[in-house]
Amino acid sequence: MIAQSYAAGEAEAPALVLSEALSFWGGIDVETGRIIDHSHPDRGTSVTGLILVMPGGRGSSSSSSVLAEAIRRGTGPAAIVLSIPDPILTIGALVAQALYGVRCPIVVCSIDTLATGDRVRIHADDTGSAQVDTIAPR
Amino acid sequence: MLNGEAGEATRFAMQLLASFSRAVGAPALIDITRAHIDGCLYHGQVSLDFVERLVAGGGRVRVPTSLNVGAIDLIHPELSRLTPGEQAPARRLMKAHEELGCQPSFTCAPYQTEFRPSFGEQIAWGESNAIVFANSVIGARTNRYGDFIDLCCALTGRAPAWGLHLDENRHGRVLFRLAGFPASLQPTDALFVAVGLLIGSLSGERVPVIEGLPAPRSEDQLKALGAAAASSGAVALFHAIGITPEAPTLSDALGGRAPEQTIELGPEDIARALKRLSTVPDGSPITAVCLGTPHFSRAEWNRMLPLLRDIAPARGIPIYVNTGRATLQELQDEGSLEGTKAFNLITVTDTCTYLTPILERLDGTVMTNSGKWAHYAPGNLGVQVAFGELEDCLASAAAGRVVRVAR
Repeated sequence: MIAQSYAAGEAEAPALVLSEALSFWGGIDVETGRIIDHSHPDRGTSVTGLILVMPGGRGSSSSSSVLAEAIRRGTGPAAIVLSIPDPILTIGALVAQALYGVRCPIVVCSIDTLATGDRVRIHADDTGSAQVDTIAPR
Repeated sequence: MLNGEAGEATRFAMQLLASFSRAVGAPALIDITRAHIDGCLYHGQVSLDFVERLVAGGGRVRVPTSLNVGAIDLIHPELSRLTPGEQAPARRLMKAHEELGCQPSFTCAPYQTEFRPSFGEQIAWGESNAIVFANSVIGARTNRYGDFIDLCCALTGRAPAWGLHLDENRHGRVLFRLAGFPASLQPTDALFVAVGLLIGSLSGERVPVIEGLPAPRSEDQLKALGAAAASSGAVALFHAIGITPEAPTLSDALGGRAPEQTIELGPEDIARALKRLSTVPDGSPITAVCLGTPHFSRAEWNRMLPLLRDIAPARGIPIYVNTGRATLQELQDEGSLEGTKAFNLITVTDTCTYLTPILERLDGTVMTNSGKWAHYAPGNLGVQVAFGELEDCLASAAAGRVVRVAR
């Protein structure tokens, strides 16, 4: 599936599909990668090493720092797939890449066909193009 | 700036800004007149790594730049329950921003200070509640800039020509119509918070327009609406017909087009949204009251202090009020806070009680009149929360349990 690339990189990992947008700030514990948002339906689930799929971004403009810190610590997602762009998460990934050389690709496409547990491969370049493919459904 | 002529820090900032601009599809950059930095709240080593790199590269902001809350009340450092080891990087982060030329405002409500922008001004602001206030209540123009990018804009004096900086993106697309309310609908704090929570959760990325909101008692109620909408969703701009500056009429707010969707909000929707905010039933004992999220304005203080003296809580339940240091200085210079310690009033500046350890007790229920505080605190602090009007909060401090007195 063709997608738009907002932060470049490659990833191949199981998908974690969230039914609701998640604010990384106030929503993710950077030490464990777990969702701590009191009101989120997927509270308790870890995003570490997974391809996080959600409708969009939400909440605090400090989510950039939380994402970048999680990437720095190795508890961040392998990649993020959104159905609408989120500049806050985008800058978090770009800074982590600039400071530490670690990439967390961020892409935008339809998320209807992705399901939790699907093995997904993402290739996102730095000119705006990306490819998102399910290589093994759950 | 990209070739390093303006220094290494500016080069680094411009490079990130350029990547970010490409990512959002902006064809060009625009000049900005001011910036508000969200990044001085310590979130981890990355916060310092980023800023120290800019300091080392000789970075200086090119526009008047205010700072959002940090992790420590620098004026009342004894309030912080962070260990010295945790405090050190948080303090360094706040100080490093000053070394870049940022003003030590340390407030989430810069629109209540000398840094308030004017209608139409192009600015780069972080802090979700400040963004929505600047756009909606003032009619200034900013996108949802966050940590890192806000400083890149400040160091370059530029922002991407995208999103809410442009006329065509400021028109409303989803219409919320208050329906089923009596003609005498009163502007209560709870109504504004509930409407904020609802438009936040239902708007997605579309600019919401609200029809039927009663005229607010003050802009602080619009502040509360925006803060709630920016917490439950990603709202950066809302229009309230006949109230906010870009929405004298419905047609103005919608840019002359029909809305993509119309959603009716009735009394049951409001009641349900408010009920979800409280995690305990009425009558539950409380351990604290927290007010001022966003920071209490002078007007809110003027309303609260007479109520506080009247109700005169005497059970020793702490009443924390977050406010900007400039506001606190004013109150202290006037002597307006004299005697309030007797009611266990604890003023907090430079930070906020929901994002750093200040509360003495985390094992009980905290009452608040802030939708934003109620939304974030249970996850951040582990407390239970009860939401009510200001009068309810103060009466509950006096009663030692959740009571409701506001009509």
